[in-house]
Amino acid sequence: MDDPERQAPGGAETSDASRAAAVLARYPRREPGELVNILHDLQAELRYLPESVLQEAAAHLGLSPSQVYGVVTFYHGFHTEPRGAHTCTVCMGTACHVHGAHRLLEQVERDVGLKAGETTADLVLTVEEVGCVGACALGPLVILDGEYHGHMTGDRLSRLVKRMTAAEGEE
Amino acid sequence: MTEGRLSDAAALARRREALVAARDPERTVIAVCAGTGCRAQGALQVVEALRAELGAQGAAGRVEVRATGCLGFCQAGPLLCLQPGGTVLRSVAVDDVPKVVASTLAGEVAVHLLYTDAESGEICRTAADIPFYRAQQRLLLGASALLDPTSLDDYLALGGYAALVRAFELGPEAVLEEVGRSGLRGRGGAGFPTGRKWEAVRRAQGELKYVVCNADEGDPGAFMDDALLEGNPHSVLEGMLIGAYAMGAREGHVYVRQEYPVAVARITLAIRQAREAGLLGADILGSGFAFELRVSRGGGAFVCGEASAMMASLEGRRGVPRRRLIHLSERGLWGRPTDLNNVETWANVPQIVLRGADWYRAIGTAGSTGTKIFSLVGKVTNTGLVEVPMGTTLREIVFGAGGGVPGGKRFKAVQTGGPSGGCLPAAKLDLPVDFDTLVAEGSMMGSGGMIVMDEDTCMVDVAAYFLRFLAAESCGTCTSCREGLDVLHGLLTDITEARGTRETLALIEQLADTVAATSLCALGTSGVNPVLSTLRHFKDEYLAHVDEKRCPAGVCKALIAFSILEGRCTGCRACALSCPADAISGERRAVHAIDPGLCIKCGNCRDVCRFDAVLVS
Repeated sequence: MDDPERQAPGGAETSDASRAAAVLARYPRREPGELVNILHDLQAELRYLPESVLQEAAAHLGLSPSQVYGVVTFYHGFHTEPRGAHTCTVCMGTACHVHGAHRLLEQVERDVGLKAGETTADLVLTVEEVGCVGACALGPLVILDGEYHGHMTGDRLSRLVKRMTAAEGEE
Repeated sequence: MTEGRLSDAAALARRREALVAARDPERTVIAVCAGTGCRAQGALQVVEALRAELGAQGAAGRVEVRATGCLGFCQAGPLLCLQPGGTVLRSVAVDDVPKVVASTLAGEVAVHLLYTDAESGEICRTAADIPFYRAQQRLLLGASALLDPTSLDDYLALGGYAALVRAFELGPEAVLEEVGRSGLRGRGGAGFPTGRKWEAVRRAQGELKYVVCNADEGDPGAFMDDALLEGNPHSVLEGMLIGAYAMGAREGHVYVRQEYPVAVARITLAIRQAREAGLLGADILGSGFAFELRVSRGGGAFVCGEASAMMASLEGRRGVPRRRLIHLSERGLWGRPTDLNNVETWANVPQIVLRGADWYRAIGTAGSTGTKIFSLVGKVTNTGLVEVPMGTTLREIVFGAGGGVPGGKRFKAVQTGGPSGGCLPAAKLDLPVDFDTLVAEGSMMGSGGMIVMDEDTCMVDVAAYFLRFLAAESCGTCTSCREGLDVLHGLLTDITEARGTRETLALIEQLADTVAATSLCALGTSGVNPVLSTLRHFKDEYLAHVDEKRCPAGVCKALIAFSILEGRCTGCRACALSCPADAISGERRAVHAIDPGLCIKCGNCRDVCRFDAVLVS
């Protein structure tokens, strides 16, 4: 999951640009309607959307950078800042809410000193909330690095996040 | 594997015959629910373990293990369904796999994994015996257990794409007539008659027309569309093909939430399979009809579920709704005639065409025909997806299928219709659920989310929750929605944080009416329903917050205090260890105490206490 390459100064930009070019090459028809799909693919590749890459996407589709930036900032699914190597996503759907999801978010925010949407300065962890992921029967639900954990409690979440950020490849 | 293009209906029939002939109906199949809920409970590991165990026993050829879409009963997951016979096994863990395989190979039933009805003590073998399934009529979800959603062959063997052939035989006008007469209405929540929408697009002028599938299931607490796309993607695709044929559309889009990666993958695969089999592309099954379909992922914006906002998003722009002076059926995507229907609406179409409007009209009520899928979640014993005929009462769903509220708690409300809907109290439980009835009570059926709330749920907090969600999702076009929802959220927060007065309540009602009257799209106009419906049905609870500065449900932090009951505390230290504020003191085996000055009211102590010794007052 982690991506040391991205943090390397100097070399990272070239690699970002070439990886972005490879994604854009998958859209030879250059249709503006593909913008959201392209942004998703770029983000899947780079984990966030740096400004230089947004410029590339705008040029590829013949759109103004401001239009692309407008789209990126309109949707919650896109990130313009670097993301942590690990992600803790707290589901805030209604079913999770009635089972105390807000308490889980507060717990993890307190533990790591972040607000939802923020990333630690060392780029280890991003904490975020999501509207609903459709696993409502398991609420409250937390997603740690893509893995769903249902019927969560504050105590257990503290331990799981600590373990996730302390060492790689557990659970 | 499906190989080769199907040149015409006869080739499809031959392929189906060959598939059916090659399959042994007596062959044992272990269907493992791999829907979102069961996956999160380890279903994929169970699939792997089953295959490994069968391989080790040299029985891999005799028993097929099939990872299916959602089987509905999330509470009992991971869920297994054995065929033939239909035995249902619940909560199957990897450790149970050797026993499941051994009993299956011996032709026996793993009795300890059968579902036991807590109320009657009855042991249930098949779905028909389990109370959760008993009242259900699973027209749309029923096929999920019978097919591998990644296999076109499985869908074909079950009669897939026969409805498309039937549509070609009937001709576009007769298909329109049939869908119109069926009474099918939009499952996304608005309930607009599908036939009329199709008619308008068919009559609209234009060489190029579009059909769009709305799979941007944004209502928090709802996952019906996800289950259909994951579990039976070809049924949605076939519905779209039939609709496109009837309306004369040549291109289509499936707009899927990015939060549903598996649904995106399944529908993308189904489209590729259909294209390779000649079910998409030029001259489909030799009919002369051509259709192309693409998948577009949403960007995570609730407002894009609104039709005109979705069009903007599909065009690569910010998903902002526009005033629809001209209908989308005339000027929609790229300014061309466009039809937009929800996933569940599309999934109904093949059966209507195949079995006829009269058959369909006999299900449900006169004004709301067919079945509806509900996601029954929250404080309810049996959570999962429930598909029942329209007109089934709230009580039958929540207490019949759902088994009521767990833990001996008292039922307080059921929230229907997502952020556009409302909360209904126990007195309304005997209302039939259809498109029209709940609207009169300040809620709506909506797309099918049904969140049960018990005495521990604070209705003021729930209203604040929805307003926070909607304020964050407002696109900002209308001042009344952008600013109004935010101010409303602030007023509700005043109440939950002990600053509310009777004037706050009056202001909320006044502002809510203004937001509803002056917003462009439903996000604003119906976004005030959660607060207005809770004010209407749960006024007492608001007054307790305002007049007595008391939260009866024990949720609002500013109005509650935590303490430890002397008679119950055993001094086990669990609460003290879980307390992030170090507010709990006490020696081992001695009664503990909470320092109210340090307590941050996180509730961890109550979660971990096994003796119910933590009191919230």
